[in-house]
Amino acid sequence: MAVLEVADLQIWDSGTNQCLVAGSSFQVKAGSCLAIVGESGSGKSLTCKAIMRLNDSGLRQSGEIRFKGENLLALSEKEMRQKRGKQICLIVQNGMRAFDPSCVVGVHLLETIATHFDWGRDEITTRLTAAMESVMLRNPREIMNKYPHQLSGGMLQRIMIALALVLAPDLIIADEPTTALDAVSAFEVVEQLMALRQNTGCAMIFVSHDLGVVKKIADEVLVMKEGAVVESGAAHQIFSKARHEYTRYLVSNKLALSQRFSQVMGGVDVAEG
Amino acid sequence: MLKVEGVAKAYKKAGLFSREREQVLADIHFACDYGECLGIIGESGSGKSTLGRLVLGIEQPDRGSILFEGESVTKRRGRAGKISAVFQDYTSSINPFYTVEAAIMESLRLIGMGGQEASDKLDFLLDQVGLDRSYRQKHPHELSGGEVQRVCIARAVATNPTCIVLDEAISSLDGSVQMQVLQLLKQLGQTYRMSYLFITHDLQAAAYLCDRVMIVHRGRVVETVAVEQLKDVQSAYARKLLGMVML
Repeated sequence: MAVLEVADLQIWDSGTNQCLVAGSSFQVKAGSCLAIVGESGSGKSLTCKAIMRLNDSGLRQSGEIRFKGENLLALSEKEMRQKRGKQICLIVQNGMRAFDPSCVVGVHLLETIATHFDWGRDEITTRLTAAMESVMLRNPREIMNKYPHQLSGGMLQRIMIALALVLAPDLIIADEPTTALDAVSAFEVVEQLMALRQNTGCAMIFVSHDLGVVKKIADEVLVMKEGAVVESGAAHQIFSKARHEYTRYLVSNKLALSQRFSQVMGGVDVAEG
Repeated sequence: MLKVEGVAKAYKKAGLFSREREQVLADIHFACDYGECLGIIGESGSGKSTLGRLVLGIEQPDRGSILFEGESVTKRRGRAGKISAVFQDYTSSINPFYTVEAAIMESLRLIGMGGQEASDKLDFLLDQVGLDRSYRQKHPHELSGGEVQRVCIARAVATNPTCIVLDEAISSLDGSVQMQVLQLLKQLGQTYRMSYLFITHDLQAAAYLCDRVMIVHRGRVVETVAVEQLKDVQSAYARKLLGMVML
């Protein structure tokens, strides 16, 4: 069963009438992970924001976005607000901009959870502490009393994941969650995202231009180029026998980069072509 | 060619009256030969970018010496035109009021080139980094990330430097563009016989471009190893880094 069905999604700029995403359709099955790959400007982030209905008012969208059978585009803003966070979670690229810079992280976390659940302050804190410990954040209490600028990008990203863990949404949209991180933090964040999927059984949309990460996490892959879907299919199929020329171009570039590394590592983890 | 000995650097911790100092680099030794590509690998906060700035002479070390062709890098005359840099943030690397032409011309003027000679050289450089003449009158905001980075590389190569410091030069680029820029760097390195100090957190990119890699952790050199021997690294930290590469 599909958690999310997107049919003929079009996004265009109402000022210039420029078409940004041209009729993309895809679906996310319950519990599976769909990766959207493509270069910058291919409309990956716009698609994510369109699902959350967070695009600027200057951008118009048409088509159908069905979340568990319900058309998101027909909901009022108030109903949509209740969906965001509780049922669909968005994890963005830049953790620094995701949190309110004027208050400590804990305030933001408590506020978010309090809008969706009527738990007492103590219960929220206990659950949050447990979640933060499970994503390998030591001293959760201390972290909750820090401002976003005092924490590193990787930590903020893991706090977002911890929050998602407490909210237990049906769908998580991770928009380039590892791009702003270094290799070590990126690896840890991906591990945590995989654990999160295992623990809550939620579906995920994972947006990235890094095929290495995609290969590790995704079940299905959607390739976008200049606002259009060029190819979609199971992850192993995209990596081994891509049909579209553009996909092959992306995959071959990725292989060229990792080839030398695999070679010097003695072919231990040679990426299967 | 480049010799770094016992370099240490500390910064004042944040806060107006704070007296505490944070040790960013401690006791760094390494050397880089003519035409060699040395990768400096480390996670964020390991001090690798600070090391890059010290080598460029933008900042001075608290202790130790950095010698470039036998002379200290803090003396501008010794390094003028010989060490160039390409930084990560391509949006702030070129003066936004400058055209591509003006940006590259600036470094050509530095080596005393002007007139028709400079103009020809400019076309040649643009061609070498895979851009054509039509880019001359463009401003940085009209270009894509990969294109700006190419202009930065052309600007860095313009003075025929002996060494280029590449501080995360490909990290903000897309996967496939990353590859194109790496290929360009590799090819330029061979034509000009320059040495590179390739500062990055991406081991795969380092393995692609470098002859040797130096792994830095918390301001100290953990291990230096030739790329061919990468799988035989000894230290626990280096092994951990290798295990975290997502192929």
